[in-house]
Amino acid sequence: MTKPSFDTLRWTVLDSLTIAGRTYSRQAAQPGEILAFLVFPVIMTVLFGYVFGSAITLPNGGDYRDYLMPGIFMQVMAMTATAAATAVGEDMARGIIDRFRAQPIARSAVLVGRSVADLSMHLLSLAAMVLAGILLAGWRAHGSLGATAAAFGLLVLFGFAMIWVGTYIGLWVQSGAQADAATFGWLFPMTFLANTFVPIEGLPAWLKPVADWNPMSAVVAATRELFGNPTSVSSAWPLRHPVAASVLWSVAIIVVFVPLSVNRYRSTSR
Amino acid sequence: MIYVEGLRKRYKAKEALRGIDLEVPAGTVCGLLGPNGAGKTTAVRILATLLRPDAGRAEVAGLDVVRDADRLRFRIGLAGQHAAVDELLTGRRNLELFARLYHLSRAGARRRAGELLERFGLAEAGRRPVKEYSGGMRRRLDLAASLIVSPPVLFMDEPTTGLDPRSRMQLWDLLRDLVKEGTTLLLTTQYLDEADQLADQVVVLREGVVAAAGSPAELKRAVGGDRVRVLFREARDVDAGLRVLRATGSPELDGADARQVTVPAADGAQSLVRIAGALDAAGIPVEDLALRRPTLDEVFLRLTA
Repeated sequence: MTKPSFDTLRWTVLDSLTIAGRTYSRQAAQPGEILAFLVFPVIMTVLFGYVFGSAITLPNGGDYRDYLMPGIFMQVMAMTATAAATAVGEDMARGIIDRFRAQPIARSAVLVGRSVADLSMHLLSLAAMVLAGILLAGWRAHGSLGATAAAFGLLVLFGFAMIWVGTYIGLWVQSGAQADAATFGWLFPMTFLANTFVPIEGLPAWLKPVADWNPMSAVVAATRELFGNPTSVSSAWPLRHPVAASVLWSVAIIVVFVPLSVNRYRSTSR
Repeated sequence: MIYVEGLRKRYKAKEALRGIDLEVPAGTVCGLLGPNGAGKTTAVRILATLLRPDAGRAEVAGLDVVRDADRLRFRIGLAGQHAAVDELLTGRRNLELFARLYHLSRAGARRRAGELLERFGLAEAGRRPVKEYSGGMRRRLDLAASLIVSPPVLFMDEPTTGLDPRSRMQLWDLLRDLVKEGTTLLLTTQYLDEADQLADQVVVLREGVVAAAGSPAELKRAVGGDRVRVLFREARDVDAGLRVLRATGSPELDGADARQVTVPAADGAQSLVRIAGALDAAGIPVEDLALRRPTLDEVFLRLTA
């Protein structure tokens, strides 16, 4: 094994860019998928904003659709894990990961390159979601420019963390379909076991701690606060300090799942 | 070019390799043969730096597969059981991607992709996404992707599984050309005719150990020599026929058909001529008469039973 050097670092960056280029070529090859990316936000906004929104009143007042949109933004970023797991799982099944591993590629480049490219693609869908919120739900950010930027920063950080959760799961499965099942099955319900769509105050006592400590609640509460949208109230620590909590959660996830994934990538032993 | 000594690998419950030795001289083809689970894929994965052995030593192109893995990866090509290419990208884009990851310049990658597409009969198809390719085209693209740096050693894990006969023969021709140019090839296969066609040396694995090794001819000889198979037209002629055949050897009745008899043919085709003459002289009508050489199938079945 060679020692890390400037040259290794240079190749890690260049290889990552090459891998990222692959992700973009794949997207360009299936324009239909991008369309689905853009239609989904419209459906979510209409479904939750108007169908559920007509039946929900916030305990502390405020407009439900204003309350809702940060939740949907977070959900978009959480589901990046499923996309990442499916893509990595497919590459595992097809032997593409093996091909990469038999090539002299910097050892973290394959995963780093694709996580960064994935993130940039998901920013597109976040942008579509924001646009849908503004046009269809009348959502607005009421905070300062800096606070608004910080809110988006938290969403991006959380999305990046979730991509690595998905990447790690993808490295353990034998197919894209399995990866989808191994992430969507718990992740999607988990986005509901939080303050995402309904005020946390109304949850039964046994469920409330789960929602209080769900990292997704912290992210949603933090962005609501920064956007100046109506928010839930809870005495749990993460929701009293949502910005700090969501940074901590995201960083913790990254610190755990990046080394786990890179290790798993290097030693996949099927 | 490939040197393996006492290689062992254990997965959780199962010992996949229980100490195998192997030596493949430069510019030759070694066929790794064995039933499913014999350890073929494990051996290839270790040699291709994808898996660490638990014990033993393996050198490829003079480099240790564990210690010198980083350098070795520039000198080997690997084509696995699947066509490991991106379905959504064009053939050309695939090759350019893998070439860039070997640190070829953008222009160099484009040039090399062009050369390889041309060589493997994919110049036209190179512009289309791989998902539109036939099985044979995918395999050829996969092989091309393994050859970007013209590696002196090539590993192929069941290269023709699932291909139609024509595509298979095309691939064999391509592999023969590569070997003629000096490439050392180690391939695993379940098809004995494939080993027979391509390999200079066959190594039969069974339950993680080498059950037999040698050239295809040597292995066949070990199982037994040539035989002549006689199929009489009428069942009532068999007794008369056996009396004639006893003059040339010790005929055996074949279990499959009461009219069928096999005789060892010590002199190969000459024995066949002699038997044909003797039966003709005795006036016994024959429906079929053939010289049968032992096949690798027989070697395989005997060794892995």
